[in-house]
Amino acid sequence: MTQDLVVYAVFIGYAIAVLMGFGTILTWVERKQAAVMADRIGANRAYIRIPFTQIKLVWWGLFHGMADGLKMLLKEDFKPKSYDWYAYAVAPWVVFTPVLLVFAVIPFGGILDPGRLFPSLAGWFDGRSYPMQIARLDAGLLIVFAFGGMTIIGAMLAGWSSANKFSLLGALRAGSQMISYELILGLTVLGLILIYGTLDLTAIVRQQSGVLLGFLPAWGVVHQPFAAILFLTAAVAENKRIPFDLPEAESELIAGYYTEYSAMKMGLFMFAEFIEIAIIGALFTTLFLGGYNLPFLTDAGFVLPGGREIPLSHGAVVVTQLVVFLAKVFIVCSFQILIRWSLPRFRYDQVLKFAWKFMFPLALGNLIVTAVIVWIRGGGL
Amino acid sequence: MSWWERAYIFEIVRGLAITGGVFTRNMIKWMTGRKGALTTYYPEETRFDYARNNRGKHVLTQRPDGSPQCIACNMCATVCPAKVIEIEAGFDPDDPKHPKYPIRFEIDYSRCIFCGMCVEACPEDAIRMAKEVPALPSADRGAMWLGREELLGWQPAADPAKVYPVKAPAPAAAGAKR
Repeated sequence: MTQDLVVYAVFIGYAIAVLMGFGTILTWVERKQAAVMADRIGANRAYIRIPFTQIKLVWWGLFHGMADGLKMLLKEDFKPKSYDWYAYAVAPWVVFTPVLLVFAVIPFGGILDPGRLFPSLAGWFDGRSYPMQIARLDAGLLIVFAFGGMTIIGAMLAGWSSANKFSLLGALRAGSQMISYELILGLTVLGLILIYGTLDLTAIVRQQSGVLLGFLPAWGVVHQPFAAILFLTAAVAENKRIPFDLPEAESELIAGYYTEYSAMKMGLFMFAEFIEIAIIGALFTTLFLGGYNLPFLTDAGFVLPGGREIPLSHGAVVVTQLVVFLAKVFIVCSFQILIRWSLPRFRYDQVLKFAWKFMFPLALGNLIVTAVIVWIRGGGL
Repeated sequence: MSWWERAYIFEIVRGLAITGGVFTRNMIKWMTGRKGALTTYYPEETRFDYARNNRGKHVLTQRPDGSPQCIACNMCATVCPAKVIEIEAGFDPDDPKHPKYPIRFEIDYSRCIFCGMCVEACPEDAIRMAKEVPALPSADRGAMWLGREELLGWQPAADPAKVYPVKAPAPAAAGAKR
């Protein structure tokens, strides 16, 4: 029992560290990537001077994130005379907390056997092994959508309680947009659920560990390439980033539903947005990119097609899986940033038309085709 | 729009390919130790096409003995449209050729418009404008007044466009090495 507590405390610490780390690093990655895409240098002026010396640590502008955080903490926390101060105060947290909670059901590594990792503790752990995931739930995917849906409430609360017309308009836009795209998000994932026959994310990832036709990794993106594109698009729209940033379109609505927020409350909205990039990356990795799997990597090591085997120790496998997962998440995050700095913003009617008249039929069609194929392969009539 | 453009996804892929291509190209340059940007780290690094005859900070030229070439005639102060030059003249009986010299020669860089009229007005070629603009910005207005010693002592890098008429002594030589 105590062993479980220790292991899960470590997992929770790791998950929080990963999310906070991604949230901080992505602010820097976003700036730098945008700069490199535009032939610029990017943020490079914030530095830390080592006391009593003239040595200034710049580190490619990594400290700009810290400077931002410090600025947000020290700014005046302005509050409007809103008619609902409680909703106003609680809204950033309603946006921020579910974003963190989603990560609880995402498997970020394979099976961890602490007894094999630390032989001195083998007796204490007594052969227990743990899938690297905070909460292994049979309905994992449903939990993701349940928590993902809660951020809508936060955005609506923020817009409504600010007593500001811009905020209210932004909140209405956020609400209709997020509900529309949530639907598409769910529909695209239904195809995967049909194929894998489970909602348990660990089982879904484990089914993606094989190899198709001898060389293709059996990842979700190979089974459902169409759904992968739709899922990523809907996820970007769900996160309200360009080209779908209508709720906060600054040329029309100042900052949309968080117009009236300042200091760290506004920072929480921004931070939640950046963490959600990482969450979308993690979800996309889990569902479509095989999670922590690499082709030919098993729990014992690499098994190459020619029958050759490269055995790896348990520790090496665990580290490889963790690193592979983080690398995949980072690549998806970087792709989202590429989208954000490449595409122009939609008009508002285009956003909803795009959702209901373009993506919704496509997602439905994808689901029907998948269902028919699964039915035929399962024996048909 | 053709159906190809209205389908949207193909045009998006094309746009992403362009931006992604630029990103990859620049990133490879950065990774291999070259510069992958068109912009420069300004004060540390100047652009290759930085104007050679740029009007930057003023220089007071010197005679071989190191005294200022200025004769305190006040022409520059008179012509200055921003009225930023203040000169206080002194009398030196030991030098019959140049009996007047500036005790104070001050320029207020918070108001200077860098028009170069002072340089044109000077009959003695005593004031010039160097290409370089040193770190003038300051949070303190007083710190933006530069006096005689700063203008005399500040030696920019050698200026190929304009050769000094007089070989400057030691401090200038040290400055030319920069």
